[in-house]
Amino acid sequence: MARTATAPGAPTTKLGKAALEVDERMIVAPWLRRTMNKVYPDHWSFLLGEIALYAFLILLLSGTYLTFFFDASMREVVYDGSYAPLRGVEMSAAYDSALQLSFDVRGGLFMRQLHHWAALLFVAAIVVHLLRIFFTGAFRKPRETNWLIGVVLLVLALLEGVTGYSLPDDLLSGTGLRIISAILLSIPVIGTWAHFAVFNGDFVGEQIIGRFYIVHVLLIPAILLVLIGLHLLILVKQKHTQFPGAGRTEHNVVGNRLFPTFAAKATGLIFVVFGVCAALGGLVQINPVWLWGPYNPAQVSAASQPDWYIFFLDGSTRIFPPWDINLPGNYTIPALFWPTVVIAGLMFTALALYPFIERKLTKDTASHHLLQRPRDVPVRTSLGAMALTFYIWLMVAGANDVVADKFDISLNAMTWVGRIGVIILPPIAYVVTYRICLGLQQHDREVLEHGIETGVIRRLPSGEFIEVHQPLGPVDEHGHGQLAYGGAPVPKRMNHVGGARRAIRGFFTPIEEPSQVELEQRAEGRGLATGEPDRELTSSGRPADGGRPSEGGRPQEPRD
Amino acid sequence: MTTHDTRPGSTGGADVPGPLYGGPDDDYTPEQLAAMNRIELDRLGARYDGVEILHVDPGPEPGSVLEKRAIRQVGLVWSLAGLFAFLFVVVYVGSGWFLPDWQWDITEGGWSALFTPLLGLFMGLSLLLVGYGLVLFTKKLLPHETAVQDKHDGSHFDRVTAGATLVGGYHNSGLGRRKLIVRSLALMGGGVGLMLIMPLGGLIKNPNKGNPLGTTSWAAGVRLVRDDGTPIRPGDQEPGSLETVFPAVPGGNRQADAATMLIRLRPEQVAVLEPRERYEGFEYGEYVAYSKICTHAGCPVSLYEQETSRILCPCHQSQFDVTQGAKPVFGPATRALPQLPLDVDDEGFFVARSDYIEAVGPTYWNRERI
Repeated sequence: MARTATAPGAPTTKLGKAALEVDERMIVAPWLRRTMNKVYPDHWSFLLGEIALYAFLILLLSGTYLTFFFDASMREVVYDGSYAPLRGVEMSAAYDSALQLSFDVRGGLFMRQLHHWAALLFVAAIVVHLLRIFFTGAFRKPRETNWLIGVVLLVLALLEGVTGYSLPDDLLSGTGLRIISAILLSIPVIGTWAHFAVFNGDFVGEQIIGRFYIVHVLLIPAILLVLIGLHLLILVKQKHTQFPGAGRTEHNVVGNRLFPTFAAKATGLIFVVFGVCAALGGLVQINPVWLWGPYNPAQVSAASQPDWYIFFLDGSTRIFPPWDINLPGNYTIPALFWPTVVIAGLMFTALALYPFIERKLTKDTASHHLLQRPRDVPVRTSLGAMALTFYIWLMVAGANDVVADKFDISLNAMTWVGRIGVIILPPIAYVVTYRICLGLQQHDREVLEHGIETGVIRRLPSGEFIEVHQPLGPVDEHGHGQLAYGGAPVPKRMNHVGGARRAIRGFFTPIEEPSQVELEQRAEGRGLATGEPDRELTSSGRPADGGRPSEGGRPQEPRD
Repeated sequence: MTTHDTRPGSTGGADVPGPLYGGPDDDYTPEQLAAMNRIELDRLGARYDGVEILHVDPGPEPGSVLEKRAIRQVGLVWSLAGLFAFLFVVVYVGSGWFLPDWQWDITEGGWSALFTPLLGLFMGLSLLLVGYGLVLFTKKLLPHETAVQDKHDGSHFDRVTAGATLVGGYHNSGLGRRKLIVRSLALMGGGVGLMLIMPLGGLIKNPNKGNPLGTTSWAAGVRLVRDDGTPIRPGDQEPGSLETVFPAVPGGNRQADAATMLIRLRPEQVAVLEPRERYEGFEYGEYVAYSKICTHAGCPVSLYEQETSRILCPCHQSQFDVTQGAKPVFGPATRALPQLPLDVDDEGFFVARSDYIEAVGPTYWNRERI
């Protein structure tokens, strides 16, 4: 029934009337209310994925700007721009337009560098976000699909980076293109066919920049956009995971509603990410293509390196031994095939399949919305540390010539360090991480059982010194805590349990009355002083004679 | 077609909503809602969305010292953000107008060296302060509430009813019984799918036609020229030196596979020179010529250390020994750099005696067969 102006609850303000007009047509109110009421858990590590999302937005905006000036053509031209050292040099139109963009477009260099920095940040944020998901077990049922989409997003982001890196057609990107060509050629059976399909013939041809360009500005961004949309849709549908804590269960989400708190924080983060990229883009030079010169197949400079996210493949290629496999019939599997196509393929396949492997091994088929602390799942955490060590070591190997040069080490020695390290370091990382996880677990249990170390030393009538422990909850007749470990952080310091009153507000001068704060805190039962009158300091909670059991102390009945 | 069509004009029925119309409007009359205050309405809507507000920490007391201070902070931060944004505009617009020109000049200093950093500085500061101000505003001026929302793993009712509809559709289609339909569908799907990807065949090119990977522009009698096109005589180079040479054909110095290193060995290197099998006699006096394209990943091998007779590829650090037919001695490369057979023509300039006798550049599957 149409509402009349006299109906109760009818809008009286102009804005309200306008909103009613909109809702009578679009019926947005239910959707809007549901969206604004959606609860988002509050934890810094949940912002990592957002950073990737915002970096992607920046990339779309700055990249579109760059396309107004970039000419993805390998036509030979003679440079005649304002950068004097290259005037008269023959180069491709792509490199020429990259130079025009850097020197003859007002603010063009700033935008180019902004785009490059945002790209580096984009991949970095994806990787760190992935690590957070991995180490907290957020990929478990029902979120396997989003994990898979995430892995595809990462691979696409790498391809997007590689194609973008190749576009300016300077000496560095041309060298990268040459290596991409060699990697394509190295694929058994279909290598040469694949190469000729991608490059339209032998290296370098006249097509590749144009083809990479359309892949870089249309194909991959479109797929990224669709997959990011899907990633977020599934996230909203499944709701967020959260860390265990007071009141948090598998069946709820505790946090802030979208409007206004979370929306304000997220918008703030957009601007911070944008600001960081802008500052880097202006202040920190990146890929000064005019210093590299145009691509020439007969030239290369030392320390030719890809962007950081391809380092690991460069490193694996550097340290892989020269092992061609010669097959009967004079066929060859080139050594280059293994450290590039195979290693990358295996790494990303293992990454994609990990949730299913873990599900199979642990036989855990339940849905999980509460996250795990890495220490509580030592096997997974150690596997992750092992994989990370492998990856980082390959990255280091990707810069082995720079390390050799800067630290005056033999280059061949660095190669051998890389080869040996990549085999022995990951298992070491596994063992060390496993021990650390167990140690942290034990310490959590110990504090729950025996309480927090207060730092208060008492001398017993017998002359013995003991440290007083603050139990976290009710204790049994032996003075042992009865709280069970709930997967949440255990307070380890007195301040964590309100052992000190909060700081008085104010920077140079206090803006509130200290005595007022003291009273307020006492009313809330906070602070050491509040407990003082009724505190009976005993040795209860002191676990052992001569230290804790883990230190070799002998367990003993606590004396009261 | 139903017998009781109630649409206006059909049988004269009234235009009234069906029995499922209404939803929460049936539970709460406008009068009831009008009697609630804003907070109650907010909580009611939230409860409808499965959200309970557990705890609200109100923002600072209006008019309190705390509030005034927070407002001053946020205001200052946002004002600064605006100021830096204006400074960005001033630098962007003013350069070359009332400020010095922004364009690159040969001194690589002055205003043109500051232009881009200033743009980055002002835009970065401005946007960072916008974000910082928003965070400050949220933390210091908004009430902090803790909300909890129910999470459902899906409902049995939805699954069963949706399943019934799906299975009903499948049942009605008779695809379970009508085998011919299913088979023709499979054939159709496969055919149409293949047809749609067929045009991609335009990308395919035969890499074995004419052996483009195995041949270069080098041929018998083709002169070795420098990048600038000048030919080379024996004696032009110092012993121990390396020069990059190209075939004397149009565009020879831009070809990706033709670049060659002409090396004049020192006498002590000549003494230990040990050509590979099939490559005996490819040198000319103290001169040897090897392909510059690395056999590993195709980078130009550029760094020649004459004391150790080694050539290093800067991309992946493969090392080749020029006195042993450029055999790889360290790193990931597996094959020696192909050697170009040298000769001198009637006018006394270096020429090639033939093309390389094996494919230059990175290894591939059927390289040995061509």
